[in-house]
Amino acid sequence: MFYIRVTVRDALNQAMDEELERDERVFLLGEEVAQYDGAYKVSRGLWKKYGDKRIIDTPITEMGFAGIAVGAAMAGLRPICEFMTFNFSMQAIDQVINSAAKTYYMSAGRQSVPIVFRGPNGASAGVAAQHSQCFAAWYGHCPGLKVVSPWSAEDARGLLKSAIRDDNPVVFLENELMYGVPFEMSEESQSKDFLIPIGKAKIERQGNHITVVSHSRMVSLCLDAAAVLAKEGIECEVINMRTIRPLDAEAIETSVMKTNHLITVEGGWPQFGVGGEILARIMEGPAFNYLDAPAVRVTGVDIPMPYAKILEDNSVPQIKDIIFSVKKTLNA
Amino acid sequence: MRNMLAIISNVLRGTASRNGAELVSEGARVVVSARTYADFTPQASFDIKKCDVHKLEEGPPLQAVLTREEGLQYYRTMQTMRRMELKSDQLYKQKIIRGFCHLYDGQEACAVGIEAGINLTDHLITAYRAHGYTLTRGGTVREIMAELTGRRGGIAKGKGGSMHMYTKHFYGGNGIVGAQVPLGAGVALACKYLGKNELCVCLYGDGAANQGQIFETYNMASLWKLPCIFICENNKYGMGTSVERAAASTDYFKRGDFIPGLRVDGMDVLCVREATKFAAEHCRSGKGPILMELQTYRYHGHSMSDPGISYRTREEIQEVRSKSDPISMLKDRMLSNNMASVEELKEIDVEVRKEIEDAAQFATTDPEPPLDDLCNHIFYNDPPMEVRGTNPWTKLKSVS
Repeated sequence: MFYIRVTVRDALNQAMDEELERDERVFLLGEEVAQYDGAYKVSRGLWKKYGDKRIIDTPITEMGFAGIAVGAAMAGLRPICEFMTFNFSMQAIDQVINSAAKTYYMSAGRQSVPIVFRGPNGASAGVAAQHSQCFAAWYGHCPGLKVVSPWSAEDARGLLKSAIRDDNPVVFLENELMYGVPFEMSEESQSKDFLIPIGKAKIERQGNHITVVSHSRMVSLCLDAAAVLAKEGIECEVINMRTIRPLDAEAIETSVMKTNHLITVEGGWPQFGVGGEILARIMEGPAFNYLDAPAVRVTGVDIPMPYAKILEDNSVPQIKDIIFSVKKTLNA
Repeated sequence: MRNMLAIISNVLRGTASRNGAELVSEGARVVVSARTYADFTPQASFDIKKCDVHKLEEGPPLQAVLTREEGLQYYRTMQTMRRMELKSDQLYKQKIIRGFCHLYDGQEACAVGIEAGINLTDHLITAYRAHGYTLTRGGTVREIMAELTGRRGGIAKGKGGSMHMYTKHFYGGNGIVGAQVPLGAGVALACKYLGKNELCVCLYGDGAANQGQIFETYNMASLWKLPCIFICENNKYGMGTSVERAAASTDYFKRGDFIPGLRVDGMDVLCVREATKFAAEHCRSGKGPILMELQTYRYHGHSMSDPGISYRTREEIQEVRSKSDPISMLKDRMLSNNMASVEELKEIDVEVRKEIEDAAQFATTDPEPPLDDLCNHIFYNDPPMEVRGTNPWTKLKSVS
């Protein structure tokens, strides 16, 4: 078997490079994406290869450049609009929701908006409250958007390519702490047409005792927790959501009907969050009758993110929190 | 031709007797009937107001040439727009139109003049006072009115309403004040990127002119030399707030700072046309964006919920109507230069009235959209999907 090790950053870079090459309507804009090679180096080398026309450095004016990106998409281009972090997307959120997401519906199908909004989302390391928020629940709330949250390098590559080829607005939530993490990628995944469908979850680890559903960086922690629990004879089925909206409820239900137990794990805040939606769907669907215990959520702590390391570490789920919640659920 | 002349002389006779004037004598009637279109002046040159300029060496010409065909077309379009808006007022008061309804009457010269200065292959985006532009950009009165009444024959199948109408190269109709300006610059970016020598006209009001995102857009449009004509329709009031109370500087044509600007008489369709042509030439020559302030006036309040007289006087409205009405101004110019006859223009009025009546009839009788259209048009080019209804047992179908 052929495997190469690719970091999430490089997978994203290659995906964009290939899509820029494939379709000349695709272009990238955002702060520092061109001459700086990207604030997190995700767009390294692209400006050198494609030039000013296709890789555009913007001033620090999110509302303006997000709106420009949406307008360009309306007029026939396929922009990738980078937010340096999704925290800054709040400045532009009206353009994402009211100008991008809703337009195909309001125009009854006359006006489509093929745009990708991408950038790092959620907690990082030591960047404090204004730079650490997870926006999965906010964007996941809105009809007209697709919201994707890759975990691995393979996810990043396949999902970004799908997002760019999708004719609709896609919010692509990356994670800064995952950029440097290498993953083994199959030969198949190196194909220029390797696509991962939006809206389908992946079972990263099979198990019979409990379903553990997660997205983005938390998937790593779930797998680590599962490895520890396996030593005690507890086999977790770890599901990587891959997409927040549309949510692959069927994959989760199928798993719960097998394991009879469910926890969700996310980095974002608990109230009105991703876990809350999953639990509601389980309640409303066929899997409820298969639960042997209430489904619970493992989430970030319901506070603005503090700065000091000890506080920050205790503001997001740790492996021990996942293990604890699994055991509590199984003993309930 | 004979039929036409008979109609004209009948109308004239009818009008004359209605007005209590002396019946046209037999001899005069014969003279009228014998008048042909060859008697009219084919074109004339008109003096137009000088535009104030900002960061420009020169402005648009001080004279505009109007041909008879152009004049009749502008007249017809402006009259259609006027009647359509007044009909909408009526339908709104009858509660057949609901929700938001922002009427454009008074501002017709802007929409018609702008379109006369660009091509249909160019692009245009505006805010919510959009019915006039939907018309000039290719929408029909029928589909506009049916959209206002929320019927399936509406231009957006009843799903958009007053503020969300779209046609080819017309990006609405936008409800969020100012948001359309970055969008318009984005359209201009696409024009430049695709190299088709097209431009984007990007409109906003005096109220929106203070929005931060507009200044962000001025900056990027200028930096990247986007082919964008920014147009501020200054109708003196942002909802109920007069320009003096909202803006530290009401010289909207200068607010683009490094972007050259023009201040234009927005009640004169020829002035608007010449300024638009001037601006379009500026953009197409690669000089980057340009800004036009059109000084105009709306007869209605901000929307149908606003009587429009708490923040301005009836006298002011009446004064504009009597001295600066765009349709009257064009009509007077054409008549006093023998470019059209009273009868001819009246006939256009009759035709317009009929068109509006037919459209209103359609708009009130066309059925509402079918319930199974509720969840459609969420995504483009996607396989059919399920949408949750109001309860977990209701699963609705959605197709692209």
